[in-house]
Amino acid sequence: MNKMKEFLNRNIRQYGMIFALIVIMLFFGIITGGKLIWPRNVSMLVRQNAYVLILAIGMMFCILTGGNVDLSVGSIVALVSAMSGLLTTTIGLAPWLSIIISIITGLLAGMWQGFWIAFVKVPPFITTLAGMLVFRGINNIILNGQTLPLSGLYITIGTGSVPDIAPNRIPEFLRIGDLLNLQNKPEYLNATMLFVGIVLSIVYVFVVLFTRKSKLARGYEVASLKSVVVKAISFFIIINVFSYWLAMDDGLPIMLILLAALYAIYTFIATKTIPGRHIYAMGGNTKAAELSGINTRKMMFLVYSNMGLLAGVAGIVTAGRLMAASPNVGANFEMDAIGSCFIGGASAYGGVGTIWGAIVGAFIMGVMNNGMSIIGLNVFYQSITKGMVVLLAVAFDMYSKSKSRLG
Amino acid sequence: MSEYILQMENITKEFPGVTALSNVTFKVKKGEIHALVGENGAGKSTLMNVLSGIHAYGSYSGDIIFKGTECRFKSIRDSEAVGIAIIHQELALSPYMTIAENIFLGNERAKKGIINWDETIKEAKELIKKVGLNEKYSALIKNIGVGKQQLVEIAKALAKNCELLILDEPTAALNDEDSNNLLELLKTLNKEHGMTCIMISHKIHEVIKIANNITVLRDGKTIETLDNSVPVSEGRIIKGMVGRELTDRFPKHTPKIGEIGFEIKDWVVHDPLNEERVIIKNVNMHFRKGEIVGLAGLMGAGRTELAMSVFGKAYGKKISGKLIKDGKEITLNNVEQAIANGIAYVTEDRKTAGLVHIQDIKRNITLANLKAITNGIVVNEDEEIIIGKDYREKFNIKSTSVFQKVGNLSGGNQQKVVLSKWIFSTPDVLILDEPTRGIDVGAKYEIYKIIIQLAEAGKCVIMISSELPEILGITDRLYIMDEGRVVGEMKTSEATQEDIMSTIIRSSAGR
Repeated sequence: MNKMKEFLNRNIRQYGMIFALIVIMLFFGIITGGKLIWPRNVSMLVRQNAYVLILAIGMMFCILTGGNVDLSVGSIVALVSAMSGLLTTTIGLAPWLSIIISIITGLLAGMWQGFWIAFVKVPPFITTLAGMLVFRGINNIILNGQTLPLSGLYITIGTGSVPDIAPNRIPEFLRIGDLLNLQNKPEYLNATMLFVGIVLSIVYVFVVLFTRKSKLARGYEVASLKSVVVKAISFFIIINVFSYWLAMDDGLPIMLILLAALYAIYTFIATKTIPGRHIYAMGGNTKAAELSGINTRKMMFLVYSNMGLLAGVAGIVTAGRLMAASPNVGANFEMDAIGSCFIGGASAYGGVGTIWGAIVGAFIMGVMNNGMSIIGLNVFYQSITKGMVVLLAVAFDMYSKSKSRLG
Repeated sequence: MSEYILQMENITKEFPGVTALSNVTFKVKKGEIHALVGENGAGKSTLMNVLSGIHAYGSYSGDIIFKGTECRFKSIRDSEAVGIAIIHQELALSPYMTIAENIFLGNERAKKGIINWDETIKEAKELIKKVGLNEKYSALIKNIGVGKQQLVEIAKALAKNCELLILDEPTAALNDEDSNNLLELLKTLNKEHGMTCIMISHKIHEVIKIANNITVLRDGKTIETLDNSVPVSEGRIIKGMVGRELTDRFPKHTPKIGEIGFEIKDWVVHDPLNEERVIIKNVNMHFRKGEIVGLAGLMGAGRTELAMSVFGKAYGKKISGKLIKDGKEITLNNVEQAIANGIAYVTEDRKTAGLVHIQDIKRNITLANLKAITNGIVVNEDEEIIIGKDYREKFNIKSTSVFQKVGNLSGGNQQKVVLSKWIFSTPDVLILDEPTRGIDVGAKYEIYKIIIQLAEAGKCVIMISSELPEILGITDRLYIMDEGRVVGEMKTSEATQEDIMSTIIRSSAGR
């Protein structure tokens, strides 16, 4: 019992966020008459919000270093999308090559900023404010105010799904389409999605159980078998319900694979590697970190370079979804990303926050955006609502911290 | 009206999981200086926070009676309104504002929101004189020393017309001279202006010198109030604080001194802000394995600067000289290299430079040597827990578990975490900078034991300390530094406090 309490205390913020996400989903699910959770809408939610998720992952690292932000990510998205237009449409490169070069452009933009921040010691806020103007300007020069269409691989990434391995074979056996009163009730399920869901969930359960066993064998501390089993079963169910849901629509979005990969890679970096640890430590106390042998300049450079890289990926994703490179793309993206991190529990002073939190925060923003659009709420009110949610999330955080602080 | 200006009765204050104060009764007579002593975590600061309204009425139980009326302070403003002022260990001054502005910070001499500068300056001058501060009212806080800043704090309290002044460790950051001045000032204020003072202090000799009465707290309870009109002995107070008599303040050890493990040769360091200025002047030192070497000297003698410049050039510019470890010359251009070469530096300022307060015990311990628990790229967090538990047990780090954030630990336990961190980095040379500053007697003893264990394990231990009894009590040999140079070297067994002080004075007089 005490252990449970301690565990909850340590993780309360995380579970609180998921709880908030569920409440918001239920709320909009009900007031949109179920439309929010229609399979078509769920897969659209994933594609529509992919850019926020990707940016929020990078932004989380910036914030972790000490409450720093990157204001230029929206402009880097614009720069990368302009590069894509230039390379494929104007110059005529193959899309795959253009994608690689465009992402490298994003990385270079990030390294440029990282250089000023880490080695010249220009405050990140100012460096990236300048970057915001500079990169937007370069976009405008490249595009000259025009919108260039994109094709091929771009669109596949932005809107495509993994091909169905066995089309029209598996009937929608649970009749959920009827239950939800869908407009176009699917008769068959996407076999690829179902298959991936089942394999993934089984692998997950085995990995969890195996890890526990091997930890026990080496004498490490483990959670009780009961809690591990409960957790494994819940995830098993969640993964399969989710994949069934997407299987009712067009199956596994390519974007989802990209997101899952980025989530896995960056969670790994943040929690399991030395650079990850160093970022948390320097956010907690830069001086102590430096005296513990951490090269804080190098870390700052890496974090902002990485932010540029991820903004590059977000740029490709955004361009692909819009099927075009346009001059105005990416406006206010930085605010969505920063907002997601803070909703997701990042500390405004650095050192506290998780990639998982950034993802949940981004989904909260996404669900609210989407839900409010479905009910046809005026965009001005949407903006006010989003602003208030960010404010209240951080206010709640401050309040709960002041309650729990010792001394 | 009773003779007591303040009566705190049956105060109980609980934090989640901890009872910080249980049924504490604390009475202060009008016009006295009352010292409050106890180990770290005994509840002294909490008691004063209850009194000054930082812990609002309702968050504790019990009664506070000040000048005969019951008080229910909701905030620090309420307590200031009736004449209680508190000066915290961390000074609450704004560095880029002048002395005058700071004295009236939050208490501005103003009419309808418009500041009356003439009045402000006039009163500031009077207060500056009253506290014996030898600075102009327009001097910026950042340009005056800590001792003087402490005086500004007192002037600030006086400006609020306070009748009861609470000082939390007022001399912790001061050198002996500044401490003496401050204590004299308190006496004067007490005698001439009838100011009642409550002073929290770890420095027991100061307490004995100045207090009329001494109240001892231990584990959140009042143990006793001692009448100091006839000076009480240090041992008597320590007994109350730790619950037993500490006959030996320093653990015994028989050194097994080996060959020379580390040498500093012709070491010269320049000021990082002003490259013309030489901070460390041609220092030569050597350290043997298994030996504890003390660096004695006054504040500003350059000991910390020497240590940090050796530790991967963490301080200073244009550094020249040689470092020789195990007979081979080594180059340390950054902290990472220093650690890799087996040098560790435990900072004097554990709060701002030693620990990551928002992280837990185990993470702080592994921070400087994550490589040791990393296979290739993955940090093994399970191994980390085991290591954390190991050090927690070995060094008796009082905490709920290794998952406790170090910000919630008491000073002594925080210091044990810092030591654990550096010991985990498996150094051959350990530089300890004021390792027992701000730590209570019981925890000090434990820290000394750890230091001795390290020496017995064959490491070179270098200890910087401003407390001469400590240097004499624990080291085997000592260097005396003054103004950035070595002015003396002695075997500790042949040295006395007088020897050290006279060496320093002679060297200063010689210039």
